[in-house]
Amino acid sequence: METTIDVPVQTSGETTTVYASDYLNKLSGEKIERECKRQLDAGCKTLVVNFAETEIVNSIGVSILLGVIDAASDAGAKIVFSDVNSDTTELFEMLGLTNHVTVMS
Amino acid sequence: MENQQKLIHTFGALAELGSEVAQKQNFQEMMRTSLHLLLGSLAIMRGGIARYSRFGHELNMLVVRGMGDDFPLGLNLCYEDERQFLANGLFPIEVAEAKVLPFFQIYDRSFEKKRVELLVPLVIRDEMVGVILLGEKANGEPYSSYDKEIICAMARHIGVGIAQRNMLAELERRADENRRLYDDLRMTYKDTVKAFAKAIDCKDTYTEGHSVRVGKYSEIIAAELGWSNDQIEGAAVAGYLHDVGKLTVDRNIINAPYRINAKESAELNKHPAIGYEILLPIHHPYTDVPLAAKYHHERLDGRGYPDELEDREIPYIAKIVCLADSFDAMTTDRPYKRRRPANEVVEDLQRNAGKQFAPELVTAFCRGMLKEVTGETKDKRFRKLLGREYMEAEGITPLLQNALNGISPTSSLTLVSLD
Repeated sequence: METTIDVPVQTSGETTTVYASDYLNKLSGEKIERECKRQLDAGCKTLVVNFAETEIVNSIGVSILLGVIDAASDAGAKIVFSDVNSDTTELFEMLGLTNHVTVMS
Repeated sequence: MENQQKLIHTFGALAELGSEVAQKQNFQEMMRTSLHLLLGSLAIMRGGIARYSRFGHELNMLVVRGMGDDFPLGLNLCYEDERQFLANGLFPIEVAEAKVLPFFQIYDRSFEKKRVELLVPLVIRDEMVGVILLGEKANGEPYSSYDKEIICAMARHIGVGIAQRNMLAELERRADENRRLYDDLRMTYKDTVKAFAKAIDCKDTYTEGHSVRVGKYSEIIAAELGWSNDQIEGAAVAGYLHDVGKLTVDRNIINAPYRINAKESAELNKHPAIGYEILLPIHHPYTDVPLAAKYHHERLDGRGYPDELEDREIPYIAKIVCLADSFDAMTTDRPYKRRRPANEVVEDLQRNAGKQFAPELVTAFCRGMLKEVTGETKDKRFRKLLGREYMEAEGITPLLQNALNGISPTSSLTLVSLD
């Protein structure tokens, strides 16, 4: 089922994929966090954040992703970062985000 | 390689924060972005920025992330907390060290629940403007000295942003206070002017209320000319005070129940110059008030007094007061003369436009009257000053219309700014 709101989202069973795109690196990226929380509140058990369209992640992006990680942890849901490029993967590892999420290239 | 990437990431955040504080107009948005940049630069799981109110001794959370709904949004501090924060300066304090602070005893459980690890007092120019609370890092490691240096640098930017906001708020508060003081002064000035006008009118039992009415007619003319509120107020003040020089004229001359002789007339005619001398040393908010007193008996044709000025030489404000003064003289009872009917007065104004009065002012005055007579305006300014019956005299409407059509608007203007 494809839903088109501000943030592209795709749901299949208990797994929801949220597309980060370039929103993530600005204050407007908070809507990605809100959308993730909405999905978790709706019962999503596996939350996938897709980075296919995301070239780089800056500090604002990291902060927003930490919010998503925190929300998923509170909801007892699994979180996966998918289609992450090598630079971003390296950044996530260096900052310790990989302690909380599964990162897939 | 890892260190290099870490440097790029954190310095990118630092640069962005500097530009954010320098450019952002929206304070709340600036604080939200700043917290994101601070948390994201070192991958800190949660945190908040609080502004310190010196008067309330309270830390008010401006923005929080990951602190939960039950975290207190206002934290009360005591003098000792503030003293210790100031003594510490802008450098992170580990929770273990902060436990000695009195306020920590109250909020210990909230801090523990949210795993707050660092407190950063925002001390800018020896003044505490806020505190940053920071939770654990995503990698689970303790804060290194490098991390603390980065936090310090970013906290300084955030502190400056809060200090700037405080300064702006203080400036706005002072500007408001100044505005209120200015309004009070203005009100006092206006009350004084009105009291003066009453004092002037008290000298002349037959023309009681004359100065007040001249003030109001001058106000009407200025409004019809489309002047600003300040300028209209200036015209009214000029009208209120135009006869202030009469305070020095013998009461018997002013109240003489007969046509005064030449000697008495010469005495009376000194009042414009005396009025000017009285008003000149006073610092009026409107510059032309003394000029209105001095020249309100001048005529466009040069047959007025005291200086027999002609059209262009007469200050514009004096022309307004002259018309208002003459109109009131014609429409009130005098000891030796009854008030004249409205029709006659309008004809007189029309006849003397260009000789005694500036034509465009007569036009403005008649237009104001006509608007009221025809009901175009709901204002009852003329009715209040002249009485209802007087304003409803038969044939006044066509007469005013005729006057408006008949007066040539070609008088040269002697515009004198009231600013």
